Amino acid sequence: MNVGVAASIAFWIMAIIAVVSALAVIVTRDIFRAALFLILAFLTVAGLFITLSADFVAAVQVLVYGGAISILLIFAVLLTRDVQKGNPSNRMLKPAVFLGALFAATLIVVITNSTWKLSGDSPPQGTTAAIGDALVNSYVLPFEIASVLLLAAMIGAIVVARGRDE
Amino acid sequence: MAGLEHYLILSAILFSIGLVGALVKRNVVAVLMSLEIMFNAVNLAFIAFGRFVTPMLMTGNIFVLFIVTVAAAEVALGLAIIIALFRAKESVDVTAVGRMKG
Repeated sequence: MNVGVAASIAFWIMAIIAVVSALAVIVTRDIFRAALFLILAFLTVAGLFITLSADFVAAVQVLVYGGAISILLIFAVLLTRDVQKGNPSNRMLKPAVFLGALFAATLIVVITNSTWKLSGDSPPQGTTAAIGDALVNSYVLPFEIASVLLLAAMIGAIVVARGRDE
Repeated sequence: MAGLEHYLILSAILFSIGLVGALVKRNVVAVLMSLEIMFNAVNLAFIAFGRFVTPMLMTGNIFVLFIVTVAAAEVALGLAIIIALFRAKESVDVTAVGRMKG
């Protein structure tokens, strides 16, 4: 079995798992289980990044999404103690599902009818060195702005969560 | 071999699932989770474009790294807002938050 067939099989397995777990996030009744399905979706997307030979971004996905963001979301679920209420939907379920299906159908029609300018090159083995080089040369200004943004978000989160009477 | 269109269609499906979730969920945390699904779908499209259109440049990967940074900041702030909301209203139901004045 060559690499292309293996990558194709891996793509289909992970695509099915990603779609099913993303659906489970919004369908399941239990908000805590929804968070666990969300972690599964994050990890399968990381696997899909690996099939696209984006190894560094896959590692970042596992660390930031699979680690930090999912833990923050589980904290939010547990701190707000609304687990007993479940994960209800509002009255707009049918129109929203219709809108989502229409949006997906439109996107799929556009995607399949477009001609993409594909490149036949194969990506470099290991993208970490190239990403690091690009981050501190071409993209150094956005890189610095991102650090300021993270600092501002951290301070803002502390101020908002602390309340006003302390 | 799965091509660009396979990844883009998967990304479109994931984005639409997240869109429906963000529209219909009543729990704020579930809305935040749906937003994360949408972010992931967009990241997948960026990486797929980067792999199949400009494989020698790292543009797609760099873009995804910045999106992940912004998403992390957004979730941290979102969690703080959810906690403040729960403290003020004793609920995380978006239908209970009809007015902004606290």
